[in-house]
Amino acid sequence: MSVLVLVENIEGNFKKKSFELVQYAATVAQNSGTTTTALVLGSSNNDAMSGLGAYGASKVLHIADARLDQLSSKAYTKAIIAAAEKEGASVIIAGHDLVGKSVAPQVAARLKAGFVAGAVSYPDTSNGFVVKRNVFAGKAFAFVHIKTDKKVVTLLANTFQVNKGAGTASVESFAVAFDDKDFGIKVLEVNKVSGSVPLGEAELVVSGGRGLKGPENWGVIEDLAATLGAATACSRPVADAHWRPHHEHVGQTGGTIRPNLYIAIGISGAIQHLAGVNGSKTIVVINKDPEAPFFKAADYGVIGDALEVTPKLNEAFKKFKAAQH
Amino acid sequence: MKILVCISSVPDTTSKIAFSENNTQFNTQGLTMVINPYDEWYALVRALELKEAGIATAVNLVTVGRADAEAVIRKALALGGDEAVRIDTDSNDPYVIAAQIAAYAQTANYDLVLCGKETIDYNNGAVGAMLADQLDMNYVGYATKLDVANGSATVAREIEGGEEVVACALPMVISCQKGMAEPRIPNMRGIMAARTKPLTVLAATDVASLSEIVSYEMPPAKTGVKMYTIDQLDELVGALHNEAKVI
Repeated sequence: MSVLVLVENIEGNFKKKSFELVQYAATVAQNSGTTTTALVLGSSNNDAMSGLGAYGASKVLHIADARLDQLSSKAYTKAIIAAAEKEGASVIIAGHDLVGKSVAPQVAARLKAGFVAGAVSYPDTSNGFVVKRNVFAGKAFAFVHIKTDKKVVTLLANTFQVNKGAGTASVESFAVAFDDKDFGIKVLEVNKVSGSVPLGEAELVVSGGRGLKGPENWGVIEDLAATLGAATACSRPVADAHWRPHHEHVGQTGGTIRPNLYIAIGISGAIQHLAGVNGSKTIVVINKDPEAPFFKAADYGVIGDALEVTPKLNEAFKKFKAAQH
Repeated sequence: MKILVCISSVPDTTSKIAFSENNTQFNTQGLTMVINPYDEWYALVRALELKEAGIATAVNLVTVGRADAEAVIRKALALGGDEAVRIDTDSNDPYVIAAQIAAYAQTANYDLVLCGKETIDYNNGAVGAMLADQLDMNYVGYATKLDVANGSATVAREIEGGEEVVACALPMVISCQKGMAEPRIPNMRGIMAARTKPLTVLAATDVASLSEIVSYEMPPAKTGVKMYTIDQLDELVGALHNEAKVI
C-alpha cells in the first residue's frame, strides 16, 4: 500500500505545481497511514528528484528512458501502471495539467479504477473516498465517490499553499520494458513561447478586452504584467479580431485559468468569459461601464477608461513593489 | 478513411445551474441543450472539412444518452454528419461513457475517433483518453490542428508553455480544442437532409460505474465588489496585499 504521484518533469526540473502535487499526495498517504512514492519519467537530475522529499515524498522512482522526455500516452500509461504495481499503490495522483489530463484517465481505464478529474479537496474517507471537484465550469462543485479499491485523482493546481519541509527522498532507478508501439507518437516540432509567463500556470494574470480599443494599445497591459510578473490574456472578441494571439484567449471556448489574481481590463464579463476565469481567487475589474456584468463577479472594481486607469494602476503597483524592498 | 465523432448533449453555457433532491440531482428542467461546443466546433467541423477535402469517406456520430439527446444529434447531422448512433443509457461516470462508445467503435473499424477536449457540464476531459485505452489506440489530447495523409495524422497539441507537432499512424483518438476549425451554422438543406439520415439506437452494454456523484454544492456567493476610484489605486493595491493577500 502506498500513494504514487506522477511528477511532471520539465526539462529535468520541477515547478511549484509539482511540489504542491507531491505535498497533496503525501497528505493523502499520511491520512491513510502509508508513504508516498513520486514517479519521474525521462531525463532528470538526482538533486532535483531527492529535493521532492522536502514536500513529503519518501522515495522517487526514476525511469530515465530519454524517449519519455516527450509525452507518448501508451508509454506513460505503461510506466505508471508498472510503478503502481511495484509500489503496491492503491491511490495514483497526477496533476490536472496537459500531461496528467491525457494520461491519468488511461491509467484509470486500464486499472478499472474510479477517476476524479481536477480535485480541489483532500479525499474525505469518513464514508468511502469522496473528492470535491469543479463542475459546470466552476459554477458548482460535485462530490465524487470513488467506488473501487484503486483510485486515480488529478489535482487542480493552485489549490493548496505549498510548505517546504526538510526531508530528502531516496532516488531509485526503475526500468520498464517498453516496445516500439508504446512510442507511436513522434514529436516533429516543439514551439515554446519564450520570455513570457505561461498562462496556464500563472498565479497573476492581466487580461484585456475590447475596452483597449485596438492592438496598438496593448503596451499598457504588457507594462502592468511586467511589473507584476504576470501572464497576459484576452477576451474572445480580441482574439477573433486578431489583436492578440489565440493562445491568450481565456473563456468558455479558449483556455480555463484559475490564478490567484485576475485583473480584467475593458472586458464586460459575458458568461462565456466568466466560465474560463471564475475559478480565480481574486478578480479585479476595470471598466468604464458601471453596468458591466463583470462587476457582479468581481472582488474589486474600478470604474474608468482602460487606457487611463491601467497606467495609473501600474504606477501604484510599482510604488508598492519599491516600498517592499 | 472513416471518422467517428463523439457528441455530447450539454446545457447551454448561459444555463442557470440548480440542483434538486437535497442537492443530489442536477436539475435539467427547462434547460436548453446544445452540442458540447468542443465536440461541435472543433471535432465535428474538422472531420467535415477532412471529408470535403476528400480525405475522409465517412463522418459518423455517436452519443451516449437518452431519447432527449436526439434533438442535439439531429443538429450534428444537419451540420453534415453522415449517420448517427445513440447508445441508450446515461451516466456521470466517464468510464461508463467511454466503455459504451468503445463497445460500439470496436464493431465498426474507425480510423480516427475525435472528441472535444471536455464537456462543458462535467468538465472531466476523460472520455477520449479512456476510449483510446479501451480501443488500444494512440491518444493525442488538446489538439489544435489536424491533418491526415497516407494513413498518418499530423497533429499540433498544446503542451506546457507552447505547442508541439506530432505524427502518429492511424487509427488513433484525438481530443480537439480551439484552433482546429471555425464554428459553422447548419443551413436549411442540411437541416432537411438530417431528418432522414440514419439514427440507430443501440442498447447499452452492461458496464458497472466506478465512481458516482454523491452531492453538489454551489460556491459561496461573492460578498460584493469593493469599488475604488481612479484616485484610490494605492488603496486598491494595499487591499490586494493586506486583504486578498494575492500580491
